[in-house]
Amino acid sequence: MIKPGDGYKSIPKGGLILEGGNAKRYNTGGWRTKKPVLDKDRCINCHLCWAFCPDVSILSKDGVVSDQIDYDHCKGCGICANECPVNAIEMVKE
Amino acid sequence: MSSKVALTGNEALAQAMRQINPDVVAAYPITPQTAMVQTFSQFVADGEVDTEYVTVESEHSAMSATVGASAAGARAMTATAANGLALMWEVLYIASGTRLPIVMPVVNRALSGPINIHCDHSDAMGARDSGWIQLYAENAQEAYDNAIQALRISEHKDVMLPTMVNLDGFITSHAVESLEILADSDVKEFIGEYKAEHHLLDSKNPIAVGPLDLQDFYFEHKMQQSIAMENSKEVILEVAKEYKELSGREYEFFEEYKLDDAEIGIVALNSTAGTAKGAVDNLREQGVKAGLLKIRVYRPFPGEEIAEVLKSLKAVAVLDRAESFSTNGGPVFGDIRSILYNIKADVEVVNYIYGLGGRDIKVGEIESVYRDLEEIIDSGNVKNRVSHLGVRE
Repeated sequence: MIKPGDGYKSIPKGGLILEGGNAKRYNTGGWRTKKPVLDKDRCINCHLCWAFCPDVSILSKDGVVSDQIDYDHCKGCGICANECPVNAIEMVKE
Repeated sequence: MSSKVALTGNEALAQAMRQINPDVVAAYPITPQTAMVQTFSQFVADGEVDTEYVTVESEHSAMSATVGASAAGARAMTATAANGLALMWEVLYIASGTRLPIVMPVVNRALSGPINIHCDHSDAMGARDSGWIQLYAENAQEAYDNAIQALRISEHKDVMLPTMVNLDGFITSHAVESLEILADSDVKEFIGEYKAEHHLLDSKNPIAVGPLDLQDFYFEHKMQQSIAMENSKEVILEVAKEYKELSGREYEFFEEYKLDDAEIGIVALNSTAGTAKGAVDNLREQGVKAGLLKIRVYRPFPGEEIAEVLKSLKAVAVLDRAESFSTNGGPVFGDIRSILYNIKADVEVVNYIYGLGGRDIKVGEIESVYRDLEEIIDSGNVKNRVSHLGVRE
């Protein structure tokens, strides 16, 4: 694994990343200016937000959409709030 | 067993590509390279090679497809000339920056405009800083030999850089020459099988190729490229030594022609070196101590080695078949003068830009350059640091 500050003698050549699935380690949540907040009382569990989220940040467990959003990777794009048919998601300023 | 054949430079390179039998070739035809990829595509159609030939719609796509194939672990080649090379430009840097060992013959031709299809080196000289190794050839034999050696140089683990195999448009690409080509089995054995250390089709070891590389690591990757280019010098000599055992033909960074006791010398690349040898022979008969240094490896630039040879001369003329428009002379001149400054050599160096757009260069003109050098020594004065040879006023 490459660490910040590593020098040219130790990093892979040509910018190669020699492992898969490592985008998880890049927390893009810091890009966000507004965060989605899900109101479970209004939610009808349709999963549209889950399907549309480009960052897999809406989580679903045992067939139920969770209000525990992955804020480490949610960029705050607001697509989930836009797609929600019952306005259960509000974009709240950070 | 090698065999003596009569081929054009393009046909010789197509034969080299047939013997290399690359996994993938993605190429677009452009004069004067066309006959090379056309002949090779016939080998593909006739089943003489196993190559996947990708017919692309431009050189940008040709180099992109070659990059993709190489990243997937294939031995991938393409070929181009002039404006085709120019259209590949951004992808050239991606190939070298991603450390893909692509080998590409470049049939040197003037860049438009005005539109011209004939020989000069403005295409390859523009790409001299793209991170590709550049080999140059006086004739079809050398171009063929360079192509075979280029595979080994590029794919060496300490190098992993792409190589351009340069030859002069029409002069070398279209003239029929007698040359020796190696036996297919010898080439196969010499180049071996290419096994990429990391590649995209290795599903057990997934990798990402070409990710965003910003302030924090890009510089380190460029440093690695620079070190690889430095490493390539030793590899180029090692491969040449091994190739000599196979072919009997000797290659180094450059060829010295009658330089041992020379007082005046010319530095040239590609086919003009052959013409200059004729001029040297004529002048030697008249008792003039003239010599020639023919550069084979221009990137990496074997500066220290060239300086070591040129420092014993009194005056040197560098022939550039490309204008840099710096108003300070051509690209090779800049490199040569710079290395002589490093060792504080007491040798006058002048520059002649010549042969642009295929303008013929004759033995007599090169003799006149040597005469100019004699005058510089006699008078102690340099009248013109940079001249344009063979242009009409």
